[in-house]
Amino acid sequence: MIINHPILGPRDAQEFTYLGDASLINRPDWQADDAAKQFYDYQYLRDNPAGEHRELWFHEQGDRSWLVVTRNTVTHEISKVELASDVARKEGRSK
Amino acid sequence: MTQKNRLTGGLIDHTKPLEFKFDGKSYQGYEGDTLASALLANDVRLMGRSFKYHRPRGPLTAGSEEPNAIIELRTGNRQEPNTRATTAELYDGLTANSQNRWPSLRRDFMAINDRFSQFFAAGFYYKTFMWPAAFWEKVYEPIIRKAAGLGSLSMEADPDAYDKGFLHCDLLIIGAGPAGLSAALTAGRAGARVILSEEDYICGGRLNSETNALDDMSGAEWALQTLAELQSLPNVRIMTRTTVIGAYDHGIYGAVERVSDHMAVPADGAPRQTLWRIYSKQALLCAGSTERPIAFENNDRPGIMLGGAVRSYVNRWAATPAQEIAIFTNNDDGHRTAADLTAKGVKVSAIIDTRTDAPTSEHATVLAGAKVKDSLGRLGVKQLSVELADGSIRNVSCEAVAVSGGWNPNVHMTCHQRGRPTWHENISAFVPGPDGPPGLSVAGSAAGIMSTHGALTSGAKSAVSALKSIGIKAKAIRTPKAEDAPVNLQPYWYVKGGNGRAWLDQQNDVTVKDVKLAHQENFRSVEHLKRYTTLGMATDQGKTSNMGGLAIMAELAGKSIPEVGTTIFRPPYTPTSMGVLGGRAVGKDFHPTRKTPSHFWAEEQGAVFVEVGNWLRAQWFPKAGETHWRQSVDREVLATRKSVGVCDVTTLGKVDVQGTDAAEFLNKIYCNGFAKLAVGKTRYGLMLREDGIAMDDGTAGRLAEDHFVVTTTTANAVSVYRHMEFCRQCLWPDMDVQLISTTESWAQYAVAGPNSRKLLEKIVDSEFDISNEAFPFMACGEVTVCGGLRARLFRISFSGELAYEIAVPTRYGDAMIRKLMEAGKEFDVVPYGTEALGVMRIEKGHAAGNELNGTTTALNLGMGRMVSKKKDSIGSILSERVGLNEDDALMQVGFKPVDNKEPVIAGSHLMAKTGEVNAKTDQGYITSAAYSPILESSIGIGFLKDGGNRKGEILRAVNPLKNQTVLVEVVSAHFVDPEGERLRA
Repeated sequence: MIINHPILGPRDAQEFTYLGDASLINRPDWQADDAAKQFYDYQYLRDNPAGEHRELWFHEQGDRSWLVVTRNTVTHEISKVELASDVARKEGRSK
Repeated sequence: MTQKNRLTGGLIDHTKPLEFKFDGKSYQGYEGDTLASALLANDVRLMGRSFKYHRPRGPLTAGSEEPNAIIELRTGNRQEPNTRATTAELYDGLTANSQNRWPSLRRDFMAINDRFSQFFAAGFYYKTFMWPAAFWEKVYEPIIRKAAGLGSLSMEADPDAYDKGFLHCDLLIIGAGPAGLSAALTAGRAGARVILSEEDYICGGRLNSETNALDDMSGAEWALQTLAELQSLPNVRIMTRTTVIGAYDHGIYGAVERVSDHMAVPADGAPRQTLWRIYSKQALLCAGSTERPIAFENNDRPGIMLGGAVRSYVNRWAATPAQEIAIFTNNDDGHRTAADLTAKGVKVSAIIDTRTDAPTSEHATVLAGAKVKDSLGRLGVKQLSVELADGSIRNVSCEAVAVSGGWNPNVHMTCHQRGRPTWHENISAFVPGPDGPPGLSVAGSAAGIMSTHGALTSGAKSAVSALKSIGIKAKAIRTPKAEDAPVNLQPYWYVKGGNGRAWLDQQNDVTVKDVKLAHQENFRSVEHLKRYTTLGMATDQGKTSNMGGLAIMAELAGKSIPEVGTTIFRPPYTPTSMGVLGGRAVGKDFHPTRKTPSHFWAEEQGAVFVEVGNWLRAQWFPKAGETHWRQSVDREVLATRKSVGVCDVTTLGKVDVQGTDAAEFLNKIYCNGFAKLAVGKTRYGLMLREDGIAMDDGTAGRLAEDHFVVTTTTANAVSVYRHMEFCRQCLWPDMDVQLISTTESWAQYAVAGPNSRKLLEKIVDSEFDISNEAFPFMACGEVTVCGGLRARLFRISFSGELAYEIAVPTRYGDAMIRKLMEAGKEFDVVPYGTEALGVMRIEKGHAAGNELNGTTTALNLGMGRMVSKKKDSIGSILSERVGLNEDDALMQVGFKPVDNKEPVIAGSHLMAKTGEVNAKTDQGYITSAAYSPILESSIGIGFLKDGGNRKGEILRAVNPLKNQTVLVEVVSAHFVDPEGERLRA
């Protein structure tokens, strides 16, 4: 596969390490009343879609960017590649 | 030496004779021959024995789809089993041997199998070798393996190199027949970057095998002329002897180039084969098609071949399989064969045409509406028994038969991403479906366009439209005037009636009867049919046989062929050697070897090394007279504890963490607090996974308000860094913190023992005060050594002794270790390796990889209270789960044998002193063990249920693998200096 890195352009998937569902960005609030349940869901419950899937890839043999890759798990078509830090900010994460 | 069946002409060089040997006998062929064509020219038709029944077999085809003529090429360490004689290029001195026969090809003892064929029908393994179960591995399998099977391995290491390479292009054209050449010329003239790959060693495909003219040239001449123009274009790369083996995602194709297979020994420095990864913007499949046979009884005798192959041998290689040939056909191709044979002066005994309305022929008698019932002849066909249209039988004498059953487009590549082919009624064959890999189009006969003219025009047109889609304007080349006959075929798969065997898959010995049996026993899905009968599962992947099987299954099931469907085509297109897949990653090159800067120094000391991941680390340093590793290790431990020792710890992972939020960042990734760590101090840190299990541990030293140096274990250096980047980029993207791995930037040495400070005082420049007061336990700082070289000093201890770690830039690592050893002479300094390091950390009760094993929590490790509840850190919430915090949770403790002569064995499970030994009574397990030279006893650490409250208890450490049981006492894991006085000294 070829991943079109937002900074570096098209790169072979061999340069990357795969992590999984991009929902891992949405780490719950540790002080929430139901933090235990939220963390349980965050850690263990994932969708496993046949079709479009947003997933985390790490450009380990490259610029060490974490990317959010939108990939169709059936056809392997990649429709979108974003910097994970941009996605995280968009989803309200800061520090 | 005469070549009895050699004709004139052809695309071989009659002036360049080549000597070769087959089964020990010498023959002569010509440059341009394949092994098969040269053998046929020498009147050798028998080239192999079949897999199961050891039936005598000759070549069926003239290409990579060959099921029968499978030989062992070359000898010694370059011997290559299962090589197709039909694609093996002849070279001077070639040596080949037949395989799967004993004692000789003509007299094969195992041919007795053929007499017992009724026992070996489809599924016989499942039915016959059922019981007793004890016989499966010891009796049945060795017998079956010996009897069945193909070539043998040399059992010697392959002396040749295999390469991997990467190529990029606008348009990849797969196959250089009429369609591929016309596409390549179209794209080449347009200036596109073109790769034209061709499996054969010459370009042209069927143009080289047929006699049809293109304009006023022969097909082969047109191919040569086109090739010459392509070669003049710098934007076109022509790759012959290269098979595209698979279509992968996003326009990536795998291709194997047989760089040196046509030579006895590769040219100096050249690889034998190269695996290319081709990145294409567009690809065009011009892979042509494969002819299919018609099954009849005993249709496997040497000499019975496909019609197209006979034309190839006669026209391209000027080698006729025999002097008298019969033709069996269901389409006009048979008549073409008759014309070509007659033109070459070969006698055609009859054209047996299944069509009742068969055309007449000026070249031979046409038996319209007739079919071949059987063949006769030992080790080769001599006669056919033909049933005429009126039902009468006529014997036709011949020494070869050219069978034409129609052509199957080579759709394989279009199915590699789960595309399914569709049925094309006009040619009675599957053609590429609409759901092929994105960016791949198909032209020529691979697309079901069967005429030469059609192939030429579709190649050019497809190139134009493929290039248009990527913004390159191209103009189709003028198509030369060429044959444009329609396909005139009446589907005919097998001859019915009779009790003998008609072969479908000749390589795996699958017959029409086997398919019928599979149907009868309800293995009716094509995937079941394939696995039950092994149809299409041999090295030829059923290229000539699958369609026949499908057609018969369809007939039996009362379905149409498209309803029955095909099995799934998967890469590779042709058998691919393991060597080329491995490339250069062989032996020691399978993974890189990492050496620390002091490696060569350690080698000089005679160190014994151990692989730790990719690293080589000194395990111990034997001295003269030491005959057992324990002597070396005990000495290193005692000397270190008595005075001072030095150990290379460069391999530990190091991550530089900088930024105004660096402290807060470490607070998040370590379960214990880091925010308040003072500058100039180091702290032990435990990282958890988000699920609350311990991930890694190490130290973090604060060199400045905004600068930390984090260490990780050697094994987890990469994964911890990855995790830290995940935390930084995905979880807390606005933190002002930057990370960089500096594992390879610093050489680091542990200097441990009561005299370690004295030693370092001789190394560290005098303006830096490293006295106990100025540089206490857990201090860290930037210093200079040896008169101005920058270094980092950490007062940390893994051994439990007064100890330091000193880091210098990598390029000074070798100088540093030599300096340390020299300065330490007066203290009798010793270098120590990973074994002594391990002994000392077990004596001190420090956890390492064996304890942080992916199942243990901070609580298990005795560090439960370290997990701060006052802050957010990875893993803190889920570490509170009930299941991880039960009263009898495993706790890390130490173990000592009751009898100190007995060993403690890591991996042993802990059981009560008496009672049953089983999983239910399991109390825990021992993770690390060593002989402690200080305590003069074997010791261990491990995990015991409620271990913290069980000191003094006697348990059994049970090791069922070695049938060993040792009584052990539960003790504190801190065997040496439990109060930590030494390290604070």
